[in-house]
Amino acid sequence: MFNSIVMVKQVPDTANITGKVMKDDGTVNRAMLPAIFNHEDKEALELALQVKEQYGGTVSVITMGPPRASDMLKECFYMGADKTYLISDRKFAGSDTLATSYVLSEAIDHIGNFDFVFAGRQAIDGDTAQVGPQTAEKLNLSQVTYVEEIEKIENSVARIKRKIDGGQEIVDAALPVLLTVVKGAQEPRPFSAKKIMVYKNAKTLLDLEKMANENSLLNLDELVQEYKDKKLYIETLSTTDLSDIDITRIGLHGSPTKVHKVESVVLTGGEATKIEPTQEGLGSLIDELLNNHILG
Amino acid sequence: MKSVTKEVWVFIEQHDGKAADVSLELLCKGRKLADRLNGVLKAIVLGYNVKNIAEKTFKYGADSAILVDHPIVDKYRPLPYSRMLNKLVNEHKPRIVLFGATVVGRGLAPRVASNTVSGLTADCTELVIQDVTYLKKDYKDLLLQIRPAFGGNIIATIITPDNPVQMATVREGVMEMHELETPKPVTIEEVEYIEDSTDDLVKIVEQYREESKVNLKGAPIIVAGGYGLGTKENFKLIHDLAEAVGGEVAGSRAAVDAGFVDHDRQVGQTGVTVRPKLIFSIGISGAIQHRAGMQDANKIIAINTDPEAPIFEVAHYGIVGKAEEIIPNFIDLYKHKLK
Repeated sequence: MFNSIVMVKQVPDTANITGKVMKDDGTVNRAMLPAIFNHEDKEALELALQVKEQYGGTVSVITMGPPRASDMLKECFYMGADKTYLISDRKFAGSDTLATSYVLSEAIDHIGNFDFVFAGRQAIDGDTAQVGPQTAEKLNLSQVTYVEEIEKIENSVARIKRKIDGGQEIVDAALPVLLTVVKGAQEPRPFSAKKIMVYKNAKTLLDLEKMANENSLLNLDELVQEYKDKKLYIETLSTTDLSDIDITRIGLHGSPTKVHKVESVVLTGGEATKIEPTQEGLGSLIDELLNNHILG
Repeated sequence: MKSVTKEVWVFIEQHDGKAADVSLELLCKGRKLADRLNGVLKAIVLGYNVKNIAEKTFKYGADSAILVDHPIVDKYRPLPYSRMLNKLVNEHKPRIVLFGATVVGRGLAPRVASNTVSGLTADCTELVIQDVTYLKKDYKDLLLQIRPAFGGNIIATIITPDNPVQMATVREGVMEMHELETPKPVTIEEVEYIEDSTDDLVKIVEQYREESKVNLKGAPIIVAGGYGLGTKENFKLIHDLAEAVGGEVAGSRAAVDAGFVDHDRQVGQTGVTVRPKLIFSIGISGAIQHRAGMQDANKIIAINTDPEAPIFEVAHYGIVGKAEEIIPNFIDLYKHKLK
């Protein structure tokens, strides 16, 4: 039996950017962008689900983000996650990778009782690959990055195949350990139709608060209990729930890196010489390249 | 702000007793940063029987080296390496620490930044030291960590104003490598490795590595294809042209993601930066991340169906049209003229 916690992130779809995406303080205006499940994180969840199927245990998923990230947590249920956590608080806004890893490590500490922490190698909005190792360091965990496959787990040691520059490595990692999963490692399973029917009704604390506010016959505590009993509750953690959290280490203020300047890209290159795609055009280009000893 | 040191550190990544190129490139950049600070450049070498690597760093500008020579750190493993670097950085508080943005560097640098509460910026394409005014406060000699961000629509300048240590990772090829003509020998400070119960939490069972057969950085002519080619079959045109002109095949990130070409041939911010004599850029729209990796080429020939593609802004020669028609034609004409 092995318990896993999977860190996932909802990311702006950087391939489909429109409009003004940067706020004046240089942070990203996520409201302007379509949000998707970061693919490598989905592969990490797949790997965790495979561990559960083979050895038993549970899979919990955590994400730090705005309330709408609960859409992605529902998708985690559709794939087979047992429990999901939304780590959400306005005080987290503007966190860099270090502040983010601090919040995540506090949340993982809060949840506790795990053998594996999984994450995607990196998220497509920043491509930094920093949050995984930074979280591992804060939790005093060892780590294996660029994981492709868990070959076996024996006596609390996982044999892992990982990518390295120019090749591959097989390592034995003692549990508990944090793993970051590389693209193409594991094809995420499709959503189960049966699970969609059940978990589309999953709710966060914020959803339930809204329901209670709109209908005076409903009591919030009872609602939460009801959704917990039905296993349809997305645990919602804020700074109030993570009581040990040091507020000076989160958000923009708790981030060592600051965006000093954001510039739109100005192209400085000169005018290209236009070459016609004809025999003559291409011919004279080749002559010029040959004469200048650039070709030949 | 508390007084800070003027030390610039470069982590020297080594495999089987050989220093990685990216580390030597970073030493050359580190030399310039240290000169700007009137400071010193230190190479940080971890390995087993690697004193020769520490000695070699002076050729690339190091003033001194910190050497940790021990069987436990023979090959990179996260905990022994990060534990040692955490200790060194916490003790010395260098002003700047640079790492290659390799699999090793990307695993190690975040741990060290996390432990030492340092600012870390990934995949910088430029590093500059400058006085900065941030939120109405003046800071002297900050490291500007410059990188394209967010789909390449913007260039972000990141700073670490209030923490003593500023860290950055940089991809291979972004900084230029050159040996000094009159280097002065380095002083080597050996630091003892103290074993710890966590050393063997991760053990290497087997490792398979081969030096990349692809040498994009050293290639005088590169033929690069993009997503605009549409299919892997069409990407064969890139191979045909490369063969005809004696060039290396390369691709944009989109072409790599689409499976047209392997990752070790990716040109751009998260791939390799190249400075060839000539680069053909075919079916590549020219996002900033890509241009960052090739705009220093001596000559750029862009072929694209879209006359508005940004690649034409950096190209020296622009051809608007279909690659399927232009490339075979170009190859025929070229072969004919060579005769």
